[in-house]
Amino acid sequence: MKALVDGKKCTVCGVCSDVCPFGAITVGETSVEISDECTLCGMCVDTCEFGAISLPEVGTGPATDLEKYSGVWVFAEWRDGTVHKVSHELLGAGRQLADKRGVELSAVLLGHQLDKSLSSDLISHGADNVYVVDNPQLARFTNEAYADVLVDLIGRKQPEIILAGATSIGRSFIPRVAASLKTGLTADCTELDISEEGLLLQTRPAFGGNVMATIICPNSRPQMATVRPKVMRPVKLPDHQGHVEAIEIPDEIFRNRVEVLEVIPERDQTAKLTEADVIVSGGRGLGKAENFAILDELAQLMKAAVGASRGAVEEGWIAPSHQVGQTGRTVAPTLYMAVGLSGAIQHVVGMQGSKIIVAVNKDREAPVFDVASCGVVADLFEFIPAFIRKIKQERE
Amino acid sequence: MHIVVCIKQVPDTKNVRIDPDTHTLVRQGVECIINPFDLFAVEAALKIKDESDAKITVMTMGPPQAEEALRDVLSRGVDEAILLSDRAFAGADTWATSITLSAAVRKLGDVDLVFCGKQAVDGDTAQVGPEVATLLDIPYATFVKKIERLDEKFLKVTRQTDEGTEVWKLPTPTLVTVIKEVGEPRLPSLRHKMRAKKAQIPVWGITELGLDANDVGLCGSFTQVVRVFSPPRRTDQVIIEGSIEEQVEQLYSYLKEAKVPGI
Repeated sequence: MKALVDGKKCTVCGVCSDVCPFGAITVGETSVEISDECTLCGMCVDTCEFGAISLPEVGTGPATDLEKYSGVWVFAEWRDGTVHKVSHELLGAGRQLADKRGVELSAVLLGHQLDKSLSSDLISHGADNVYVVDNPQLARFTNEAYADVLVDLIGRKQPEIILAGATSIGRSFIPRVAASLKTGLTADCTELDISEEGLLLQTRPAFGGNVMATIICPNSRPQMATVRPKVMRPVKLPDHQGHVEAIEIPDEIFRNRVEVLEVIPERDQTAKLTEADVIVSGGRGLGKAENFAILDELAQLMKAAVGASRGAVEEGWIAPSHQVGQTGRTVAPTLYMAVGLSGAIQHVVGMQGSKIIVAVNKDREAPVFDVASCGVVADLFEFIPAFIRKIKQERE
Repeated sequence: MHIVVCIKQVPDTKNVRIDPDTHTLVRQGVECIINPFDLFAVEAALKIKDESDAKITVMTMGPPQAEEALRDVLSRGVDEAILLSDRAFAGADTWATSITLSAAVRKLGDVDLVFCGKQAVDGDTAQVGPEVATLLDIPYATFVKKIERLDEKFLKVTRQTDEGTEVWKLPTPTLVTVIKEVGEPRLPSLRHKMRAKKAQIPVWGITELGLDANDVGLCGSFTQVVRVFSPPRRTDQVIIEGSIEEQVEQLYSYLKEAKVPGI
């Protein structure tokens, strides 16, 4: 299967051939040929000014009565008795989607011995309904228990859209929910909207963040997406009224195949990269393990986590849990300070979603300056200690 | 013990660049590599084979040239390889990919463990592993950094979460998706290279897998890409040069103005 060219519209301009990432398009004298190398990525479709290229139709999936499904749901996460920030963000995004669709916004809360304050907190962030399942089997997260309960609830209430945080929990169990329901799922979205036809438009980075893709799920329900933390805006609606419903789940839902033996919180606060508002990251430019102390001091001062490039981890200067990038963590803090790292693409893909990127490097040509919102061309060993002194001085 | 490792050939993202004028992907020099996380999955399987009597089968769904990726991992010590290739597979989303991979695992029959990388670096979805496990109706654990075999029936895995680590006990058959910490991939050996060169790699398409063309590839997919575009670029870049004192002052006021936490 490959992209289709409409010979009547095609002007043989060749633009499609230039953008094809797979070299699948050959431009002849009078026509354009698409070879079997085509992966149906759609790059050419969007580039063609003449609307001459199209993709074959997506499958219709199992016969689903789409109209039956109504409402927007947010899977609400909590930690240590409080609602996780990402759930507030999802409610903010979900509120807009629900209003555009003219439907209700509901939050699903799973766990054991859940405090009532969690539900009221979700309502004051925009939820019209909170569905609570309080069950000892949900005290600790497992893919099966969480997914199978959510599948059961979806079967009962039939929402049209489900949003979950792209956290280590959401990204782990939501695919099981989608596969169990035989519906589509889009990972790690950074933008959500409703199309004219009422479909959920799910936009996410692809190819290591080099392109953005907008994805729809036209023929199956619910439409499901995980959403990258720290991207959507929460809303605070203190006077918003909502309804809390406790739902009983039959015991046979729980398969109990997996046993959680231990949950060990990270003791090293500086390694909590995905939650941090500020990350100070170091690369090979630091020269040796001892020099990470400079970054540690800055991080402590700014209440930041400490990140590292693959280079620094491979040198053994810092533990792999600190690694940001393609084979490490993907982060999107408010401030990312890249210190003494060149900005190889493998690193950049892990941090380019940060709101502000400050790069400190003495080499003005380093690629990190291409992604930086603010670049400081300086020797880090002079600049960082001076910057630390400045912060301390301002605080006094 | 039979271990299946699922791998994917991906465009090497470090060579993917955006043309600054046309805002489109520059394809020049885009080579294919084995998804880095999948090499960790291969290594995790080889580690088990080092210590016990295990057979490892690697499989990939892709175009005919994906055979190259299979020969690479054969040369690292994997026993057998299967290429899942059919024109009907093109354009598959994670669901349609999982349908194909799970059909292949089922066809093999006696599988105890399925290992995948945490995610592929071209799509970054991290969905195929969990979806394959769901379709096979076996339990799974994601983001695993350490795997121990407790006995014939159980596996103990250590998972990396956003907040720390978790230790889970899983009954076999089970599926595990792994991260870097399971171990650096070993290099090909001379002996295995020779074997990999000669190896016959079976190709399974929809006929061999007993699948309907409507259930795989784009036809079998639920999600559809409707638009691809370049990410918005930073237009407000500031470069600070000059003496260290000036630079410190400028960065401090820049961050103060942006109201970043920590300042």
